[in-house]
Order: sequence, then C-alpha cells, then structure tokens
Amino acid sequence: MDELIIEAGRIERQYWADLWRYRELFYFLAWRDFLVRYKQTVIGIAWALLRPLLVMLVFTVIFGRIARLPSEGAAPYSVLVFAAMLPWQFFASSLTESSNSLISNVSLVSKIYFPRLIVPASSVITCFVDFLISFAILLVLLAWYRYLPNWHVVFLPAFVVLAFALSIGVGLWLCALNVKYRDFRYVVPFIVQFGLYVSPVGFSSTVVPPKWRFVYSLNPIVGVIDGFRWTLIRGEGALYWPSISLSIGLTAVLCLAGVWYFRKTERRFADII
Amino acid sequence: MSNWIIETENLGKKYRLLHSGAGRGYVTLREAVVYGFKGLFQPSRSQNPASEDFWALNDLSFQVEPGETVGIIGRNGAGKSTLLKILSRITEPTVGRVRLKGRVSSLLEVGTGFHPELTGRENIYLNGTVLGMTKREVDRKFDAIVDFAGVQKFIDTPVKHFSSGMQVRLAFAVAAHLEPEILIIDEVLAVGDAVFQKKCLGKMQDVAADGRTVLFVSHDLAAVEKLCSRAILLDSGRCLTDGPTAQTIAQYQASTVQAASLDLATRTDRRGAGLVRFTRIQTLDENCREQGVFLSGKPLRVRMHYRATGSKPLENCRVSLTFNGWGKIYFVASTELVSDDRLDLSPEGFIDCMIDELPLSLGTYYLGPFIEVNGDVQDWLDSAATLQVDDGNFYGTGRDYPKGGGGATVLVKHRWQLPAASSLEVSKGRAF
Repeated sequence: MDELIIEAGRIERQYWADLWRYRELFYFLAWRDFLVRYKQTVIGIAWALLRPLLVMLVFTVIFGRIARLPSEGAAPYSVLVFAAMLPWQFFASSLTESSNSLISNVSLVSKIYFPRLIVPASSVITCFVDFLISFAILLVLLAWYRYLPNWHVVFLPAFVVLAFALSIGVGLWLCALNVKYRDFRYVVPFIVQFGLYVSPVGFSSTVVPPKWRFVYSLNPIVGVIDGFRWTLIRGEGALYWPSISLSIGLTAVLCLAGVWYFRKTERRFADII
Repeated sequence: MSNWIIETENLGKKYRLLHSGAGRGYVTLREAVVYGFKGLFQPSRSQNPASEDFWALNDLSFQVEPGETVGIIGRNGAGKSTLLKILSRITEPTVGRVRLKGRVSSLLEVGTGFHPELTGRENIYLNGTVLGMTKREVDRKFDAIVDFAGVQKFIDTPVKHFSSGMQVRLAFAVAAHLEPEILIIDEVLAVGDAVFQKKCLGKMQDVAADGRTVLFVSHDLAAVEKLCSRAILLDSGRCLTDGPTAQTIAQYQASTVQAASLDLATRTDRRGAGLVRFTRIQTLDENCREQGVFLSGKPLRVRMHYRATGSKPLENCRVSLTFNGWGKIYFVASTELVSDDRLDLSPEGFIDCMIDELPLSLGTYYLGPFIEVNGDVQDWLDSAATLQVDDGNFYGTGRDYPKGGGGATVLVKHRWQLPAASSLEVSKGRAF
C-alpha cells in the first residue's frame, strides 16, 4: 500500500503528483466561478460580451476619431482596438481574479488539503472562458467589416498560449503577495488601470518612436498584443521580434519565479490566512 | 509493532505569536516596508520582542491500527485541531513526522466548499472533487448520496434555499461516501437533528466496521464514548493519556478538576489578547462566604477577580460566565444580556455574577469566565473553577430532577395547563 510521509519540507515531493491527482478540481473550480458569476448578474452571460464591446467603442472614438492615431494597414480602427482588447481584457481580469482567489476561498484553504496552485490557476481558466466568448465578437466584427486576416492567423494559438502563461505567471505572484500582505489588494487595481494606459490597447505600438520601442517592450503584454495584431490584421509591417522575444523571455521568468514564490509561501497559507 | 496505519513520531508544531498584531498571522505591506526601512538604519536590532514562540503540538507520538476508531479529546488549545490539520496536510509540522498508509479524508467542517448560489447537484460534484473524489466516483455514488441526505426533491434548487439542516445533511452525505482508508472527523455531530445524528453515527460505525480507520475529535464526550474504543487525551500539545475511552475520559475529567483548582494566573489554556487576566474565581453563598457545594434553587454569587497589565481604566467591557461540563455549555450569564449600560472597570478588582436561584441539577460543573474590552477579547477560559451542585428544592415541591434522566441538566420553572383549562400551578415561584 502507498505510504505517505508527512514531514517538514517533505510535502514538496508529493506536490506535483497531487496536482495531477486533483486535476479535475481545476475544471470544477473554474466551472463554479463561471456559474456563480453569471447566476449573480442580471444580464448574465451578456456581460462578457458587453464589456469589451463598450471599451472598444470608447477607445475607437477617442484614439481613432478624436486623436486620429493611425491604424495598421487598411484595418478598421475598431478591429485594431479589439484585437488588442482580447488579450488585454483576459490578462487584466486574470490578475484581478487570481489575486483575490485564495482570500475568497478561505474556507477551502483552511479546512481541506489540495495543491493551492489550483485556486489561482482555475480563476485564470474562468477568465479564459470569457476570452473565448469575446473572441466570438471578434469573428462577428470581422464579418461585419468583411475583413479577412491573412495566413499569419495560424500563429494565433501560440500567442493565446503566451497570454495564458503570462496571466498565470503574474497571477501567482499577486495571489501569494495578497495572502502575505493583506493590503496588497489595493495595489492590484492600480496595476491593472495603469497597465491599460501603458500598453498598446487603444493604439498601435507602431506609433511609439523607434528609439523607445525596445524600452516600451519591457512591458511583457506588449509582445502579446503585437502578436495578436500581427496574426489578425493584414499590416505591412513585419513582426517586431525584439518585443516578441522579450515577452516570451519575461513570461518564462515570471512563470517559473511565480511558481517558486507561490510554493515558498504556500506552506504557510493555512497558518496565516 | 508493524501493523499500523497512522504513526506519528515526535510530532511538533510551532506557531509564532505576534503580540502587536492581535492574533492575525499576516502582515501588511505598509508594515513590511516601514519595518524594512527601519532595519536599514538600525542593522543591529535585537530579536523582535513583539513575538513569541508557541508549541501547539509538542513531541507527540502514537500509533493507530487499521480499523480502530480513536477519539481525541482535550481542552481548547490542547492541540487537537493542529493535530488534525497536520494529518490532513493542511499545514506542515515543524518537527517530527507522520506516516500514513492509505488515503486520508478529513471532514474538518461539513459543507466546506458549498456555494449557496449553486444547486444541490452542482454542489455535490464540487464538494466531492474538493474532498478528493474524481468525477467518475461522484457519478457512481450520486444516487446514494442524494438518498442518504434525503433531498431528492430539491436537488436542482440552489443550496441557499435549503434549510441549514438540509445543507448539513447533504454535506455529510457527500463526505460519508468518500471511502478513504482513514477518515478524520472534527465536530460534525454538533449539527443536525437527533435522527440525522443517529444516522451519522451509524454511518461512522459502518465505516469503522468496514476495517477503515476513524479519528474523531469532539468536545462531546458522550459521542466519543459511544463511538470510540480508544481515546487520546491531549494537553498543551502533549499526549497525557492514551488508552480505553472510559479510562481516558475519567482522566480528562480528573484533570479538569485539577486544572480548575490551580492558580488561574499560571494557566496557559486561555484565549484572548491578555491585557486583562482573570486571577481567581470564587463561588460564594448569599452571605459572601466561600462554599464547596451549592444547592439547586439557592442563590449563587460568582466573584471573578481580574487584573490588567496597564493602569488605565478598562472601558466598554463585556464580562460573561459560562456554566459548562461534558463538553456542553449549559447556560451563559453575560453583562450585556441584562443591561444596556456601558460597563467600565478599574484596572484591578472583581466583578460578581449573581444568580438568585441556581438552575442546575446534581453534578459537577465548570465555570468559564470571559472578558472583552472595547470589542477585543482579553481573556477566556473554559474551566476556571468547578461548581459542585447538590439537588435542592428548586421547584418548591421538594422534588428533585430524576436521577435516571441523564445527570447534570438545566432546571427551568414551568407550568402545565390541562385541556379542561384548569391550570395546575406546579411552581409556586415566579412564573416564567
């Protein structure tokens, strides 16, 4: 029979096996969050459609019409905005949801054992479902403008994976910090709001002067957004590789460090939460 | 002996108590930043005096054989919950180790993970997976779970519309169908109606009869006695007694009496911030003389002596006293229950709780004092003193509570009215 040994520091070795054993919990927690969210709001699932649409509308008017910033290629400005809204909205809501996830599941964390990593990860999965719903709007938008992406579109899944990994990486950090420092939750909305303006959501990153482009790409979401636009919009410009590779590198670092930091603080969660 | 399923060796768990943080474990970012800056300029600061180590479990070793049902008893703060948390892997031990041969499921609180907005069906799946079942297992046991809980009609209704009894039944039903080799249960039987409690006890006996191992932690000594063949008594994180249930319970009661006679100031099994401590509890008769035994129906005055660490008056206090025994609270007397006036106390002194007619039958009871200053609990003990009660003339009829009726109980004055509307005054005292 399997023998389990519990010792200080020993649980570490069990962890990854347990993550696999509890794999269904990823799905069930995400499913719960999703059900609850849409049961609690009056307009239900329409909320997932309405939010990105409204933001797109506002950004198109402000940046496209009033500020008259250029689009990429012949793409309608609203498509340009929406192609960036998709990953940004996913990233931003992942950060918000996962940073609060452990705190709002206190009763689970302090009463039952399971790998805690599942909690923030499944809130990212919940946000991913929203992402898929918003993606349907993009298809409608493309049909409306009779605008077809070129062959670049086959690389879209790769950038979706990159957005997912980045969301998990940053989400783990914020989640662990939020348990440890309880006033950290005031910082998260600021990060999200600030991020919206420093990221190329309402405008194309080609409007950034070339000498600043590299520095600008230190924001890891820039590469993701550039990638989404490159795959969805028939622009003349080639892919700006420095921003993509920086984004991939930063995502990898954030993910690994995020898992490391989360694991490090996790053993004390039940004691301090 | 190698035939064990649970083995602990020198198990210990250390917590750090922060005196400044009023018991919370986390820090705020602001504190961390300020503290970090201070550290930069005072690199040679000494050990933080605002914290102190506390061993919730200390050098605990025991073995459990497969199929045993072991009760774990002890006063609050004895380390029961910490032990269960370690066994169910919610928290890590600081030293020592545990070896488990088999799957562990813990029922630290039924209904964990229930979401009020979701339906009964959805919650069964969610709760099942949270407790470690696979979806396939839940599929297979779904009907049995619904059947056991007796909620067939409401299975697609959101749980928030369930009565609390139904929620508990459903939660226990899910947990009872886990089929682990080792089942850890903490205080589940404190809820639900008598019929359901009986059903739960039956289910737990089935689990044990199946050759599975049950660890049962409870304040309810009667339930432990009914269910467990063996019991372990914990005190200050150590194992005090380990043996047949009856023997352990006897030892527990003896130790409670002993603890109650100790100097209160040296007791450590207390909760609260500690700015005020109870120092002595006296039981006095109507002439303010100390007495050993009190009669039902006679006046009782409990004098609670306390001392604050500071010299400022204690503002906005709440002082309570519980009368308890056998893991049950019989009744509570509390300052805010009977008065709207704000209570301010001098930093040292005593406060008397007066009961005109002691409503307890023959037995031994424990007095648990509690004090709160400005909303913060300062001191709280479960058994600071014993109270010996002998049957007296409570009802004014000269008759006592029947001995066969289960022993210690609360007496309530009451009247009867016959169908013919001729009222029969049983009590000559004030009618309730």
